[in-house]
Amino acid sequence: MNVFDILGPVMVGPSSSHTAGAVRIGYVTRVMLAEEPVRAEICLHGSFAATGKGHGTDTAIIAGLLGMKPSDMNVPRSFEIAREKGLDFHFENMVVKDAHPNTAVINVEGDGGRSIRIQASSIGGGRIMVNRIDGIEVNFTGESNTLIVHNTDMPGNVSRITSLLAEKKINIATMQLYRHEKGGFAVMILETDQDVPQEIIEEAQVLEGIIKVTYLQAVEV
Amino acid sequence: MAYNSISEIIEICKEDGISFYEAVMRDTCKDTGHSEEENMTRMSEMWRVMCEASVGYDADLKSRSGLVGGSGRQMEAYMKSGGSYCGEFILTVMAEALKMGESNACMKRIVAAPTAGSCGVMPSVYIAVKKNHGFSDEAIVKSMFVAAGVGQVIAARAFIAGATGGCQAEIGTAAAMTAAGLVALKDGTPEQIANAVAMTLKGMLGLVCDPVAGLVEVPCVKRNVTGAANAVVCAEMALAGIDSAIPVDQVIDAMREVGDNMPSIYKETACGGCANTPRGLEVARMLEKS
Repeated sequence: MNVFDILGPVMVGPSSSHTAGAVRIGYVTRVMLAEEPVRAEICLHGSFAATGKGHGTDTAIIAGLLGMKPSDMNVPRSFEIAREKGLDFHFENMVVKDAHPNTAVINVEGDGGRSIRIQASSIGGGRIMVNRIDGIEVNFTGESNTLIVHNTDMPGNVSRITSLLAEKKINIATMQLYRHEKGGFAVMILETDQDVPQEIIEEAQVLEGIIKVTYLQAVEV
Repeated sequence: MAYNSISEIIEICKEDGISFYEAVMRDTCKDTGHSEEENMTRMSEMWRVMCEASVGYDADLKSRSGLVGGSGRQMEAYMKSGGSYCGEFILTVMAEALKMGESNACMKRIVAAPTAGSCGVMPSVYIAVKKNHGFSDEAIVKSMFVAAGVGQVIAARAFIAGATGGCQAEIGTAAAMTAAGLVALKDGTPEQIANAVAMTLKGMLGLVCDPVAGLVEVPCVKRNVTGAANAVVCAEMALAGIDSAIPVDQVIDAMREVGDNMPSIYKETACGGCANTPRGLEVARMLEKS
């Protein structure tokens, strides 16, 4: 924690957790979708469901899906902008088991046919934690460069990805592995100290056993 | 952040013959990996946004509940009428704190300091200091590092969110940080900074977080005003040479103890205090229907 965790973020009010964090959840979801979102189903849980409306949590999530940052003055106008841009969205309240009080589950489809299901929570001061991707439990904040690789659970996938990074002198800060079941669908999350160039993402995408590669460039809170 | 206590910062100031600002800046450079100049630029941006938010205040806006908006303009009109008890400086603080809190409630751009709910305390005092006492932007930005350094220690030893420690942790911390900044601006000693922080926090110990309908509106906006006034009077006591009988780090620990033992109905859950009054409940029901 440094002084800029105390003073800041610059944000559109009224709440760092219910507004700024919510924008960030939408934004991070958009980056992971890597396409222009055209349809979104958003479920709000806990305090997001209870007091989200008064805090603009709904407008904040849509603003993030449209690519806005928490400081964007257009955040309050996001519904209107979504209609202009052709983003169709729908909100619901739901109870998510064992989830943080400020949690949203977003199902989003892009204009190129990609889709992603993200569960994320707003953990205070505008920070967030991504808890699930496409049903698989994960754990990252988006504050570091993050490479998210969907793959089949089989030997060699991890080393193929890490070798690609090593060749380009990209240091891995943290690494997490998750899987749905043995030999099934798996996700690796790699946080890196350096920016991951597009060529690595493209190379990784065509490797055997790799289903989808998503890159999230570090977003300062 | 390497500092876990205010006394540690004071020790370093003494040992190395540096100011409170220099101690915080040295640590910030280490933590961010950026130079003093780069860190100053980043903090200047926060100050710029604070000033911009004040200028961009729109008194005609109403918050989602309709309970908040327009008080900043009323305060400014009252100030111009000239019949008040307080002088222009405190009146400016009050008007600016209302404007910032209202802007936040109306989804305008602000700087969380340390939270969005407490965003009016620090800028209100700094804007008044600049307007009425002619301090430079650079001096103000430097003192913001002192304030933020104090905020870090409070965050490390206790909490800065209403949901975890009640409003004492939120407006209380904002006020303590601001008091520290005010003392630093007047070249007060590190000990005077510590005393200002201790006295400010003591004055707000036990304050609960009880937002009506769970919104950052009532009583949050007006608590920014009382928090700012508290920061000013405690900074003045410290500059007058008055000590806090309880050392600052022990006061921060006391705040933690109070917060830890505070029932959850007083921690942003909208189940107690103002939120649980007949009128508070009526507003909540009204919002639910709309």
